[in-house]
Amino acid sequence: MPYLARRLGFYLAALAVAITINFFLPRLLPGDPAATILGTSAGKLTQDDLQRVRDALGLSDAPLIEQYGTYLVRLTQGDFGVSYTYFPAPVTRVISNGLIWTLLLGGISLIFSFILGNLIGVIGSWRRGGVVDTVLPPLLIFVGSFPAFFLALGLLYAFGVQLDWLPISHAYDTKLPQGFNLSFIGSVAQHMVLPAGTSILLGMGGWALGMRNVMVSVLAEDYVTMAEAKGLKQLRIMFRYAARNALLPGVTGLGVAIGSILSGQILIETVFSYPGLGFLLIYAVNGRDYPLMQGLFMMITIGILAANFMVDILYTWLDPRVRAA
Amino acid sequence: MSAATTQSTSQRNSASWLSRLGPIGTLLSSTKARIGLTIVMVFVLAAVFAQWIAPGDPKKFVGAINKPPSAEYILGTNPQGKDVFRQLVWGGQLSLIIGFGSAFLMTTIAVVVGMIAGYYRGWIDDVLNFIMNLFLVIPALPLLVLLSAYLKPGTATIVFALAITGWAFNGRIVRAQTMSLREKDFVAAAVVSGEPGLKIIFVHILPNMVNIIVGGFIGAVIYGIMASTGLAFLGLASTQDVTWGTNLFWAQNGGALMIGAWWAFLPSGLAVALVAFGLALTNYGMDEITNPRLQAESMLRRVAGDLFARSVRATPVVPRTHEPTA
Repeated sequence: MPYLARRLGFYLAALAVAITINFFLPRLLPGDPAATILGTSAGKLTQDDLQRVRDALGLSDAPLIEQYGTYLVRLTQGDFGVSYTYFPAPVTRVISNGLIWTLLLGGISLIFSFILGNLIGVIGSWRRGGVVDTVLPPLLIFVGSFPAFFLALGLLYAFGVQLDWLPISHAYDTKLPQGFNLSFIGSVAQHMVLPAGTSILLGMGGWALGMRNVMVSVLAEDYVTMAEAKGLKQLRIMFRYAARNALLPGVTGLGVAIGSILSGQILIETVFSYPGLGFLLIYAVNGRDYPLMQGLFMMITIGILAANFMVDILYTWLDPRVRAA
Repeated sequence: MSAATTQSTSQRNSASWLSRLGPIGTLLSSTKARIGLTIVMVFVLAAVFAQWIAPGDPKKFVGAINKPPSAEYILGTNPQGKDVFRQLVWGGQLSLIIGFGSAFLMTTIAVVVGMIAGYYRGWIDDVLNFIMNLFLVIPALPLLVLLSAYLKPGTATIVFALAITGWAFNGRIVRAQTMSLREKDFVAAAVVSGEPGLKIIFVHILPNMVNIIVGGFIGAVIYGIMASTGLAFLGLASTQDVTWGTNLFWAQNGGALMIGAWWAFLPSGLAVALVAFGLALTNYGMDEITNPRLQAESMLRRVAGDLFARSVRATPVVPRTHEPTA
């Protein structure tokens, strides 16, 4: 299929650019990058430390093109080096641990905010001027205006500290043995309420407004008037006729949202010390753990490109016109 | 019925009075935009007149730490013993400069790249469109974090990093609009009379996209303020500067929430939220003016009353009686 082949080509090109950014960014630092890095973190640096940082970044006196070659070879072998902060764990293992939690938290938040937001949008556009239409959207815009970390801190303070209803950090009770038993899963669910709640509150408004605006146009279509003239049940017109067709633009948005699961939770994960990719990234930056930082950026980018490609495939299947293009 | 008629007449009168102010007047005819702009202006004015509103150095240690709001310190002191009110007012200066500065840079890149791509099409468009798509898929926040980790922290770094990561979204919108405007007769006329491409783009097409560009600019300011606040909160900006984000960083660093010193948190966070909310409201207000269906809806409600509007499914598109000056 030429359309999908073109898209795949684009994602591969994007991947190449991301790899190149990752390679050149540390080399853009003025002077000796290793010295600059260690210098900003202060402390006495030995020649040994210096060499270790250089090795980790793949810095050597070889010509740039040769360094780039070695870097690419190591990437294809899945070798991102060894993390400093989680020494001696390889970066890949640290990342795969984080990935599970990020996908879990992000996936559940996205499902809830997508369903709730779209429902509000449909009901709001149906009863124009009703409570759902006049009160909720401005309220959601207002809530959505708060910086993610600020809302997270607010919920943490109210429900975690003052009321002491919910745990305020980590993804599960570390005292419990890990495994597929009820008490562990319960603990995971409990720890997820606050971070997921923040994310849902922030995400809902966008879906609701988008859905409402499309619904306003769809409801003006002749087939909706016709359905109403035939005397069909309200709920049937609302969901089977109108909402179903109004959902298509939302699918594109969903693609972007799935991609941003990997990168959109940095602040929320940091506030709740939720051990996902975003938390790891900030932890790596603060600990000057450059191999982990580089590996995370690479993984997040690959994840986003893959998610986008999957949405492209889904779209050709949902909308036949795309196939012809 | 007669009451409704008088109301709609007076609405129209005020609209025509406002339309004399040009595009700004049109914008002000929307209640949402008026409320939004008022909120933003309050913060802008407070930042401009900071030295009269909250005299004194915001970085100065003024007394005991974590003191609750009192007559002496209206918003109390933070965990570092600094005056929260001063920090709030002075913090607005740099936060707004970063927000508006980065938005200006983002919008400029977006307009130049987007319009050139949309106008010239062909291989120029292929290349520029590829670059825009590239910046759209590469994750902005992680790249921002990476850039701030490698580059020297400072205002210029933040503005630069925000512009790099944030311009492509508007670029795509500008490109699409240019492509459709390019087919209009006035462009064909300019081409036939032999005007150079760049002149057609920036003299003839650009003035017709002011709505879209202003809307994109407002969105970019929101992005700039939000993202810079987040970075500062994570400790990735220069912690010596006073911005709303660094205020929150220091409050968190001193564990203000854990000991219940909410006054160290609330002001700066609320300021960011209110500015973002005001800007978003302005954008929604603009949407209502430019989207004929949303406009028709409010006219319908004015004429027919809420009860009727609620039972109407389809909203007609009402043709405009008077176009704002062409």
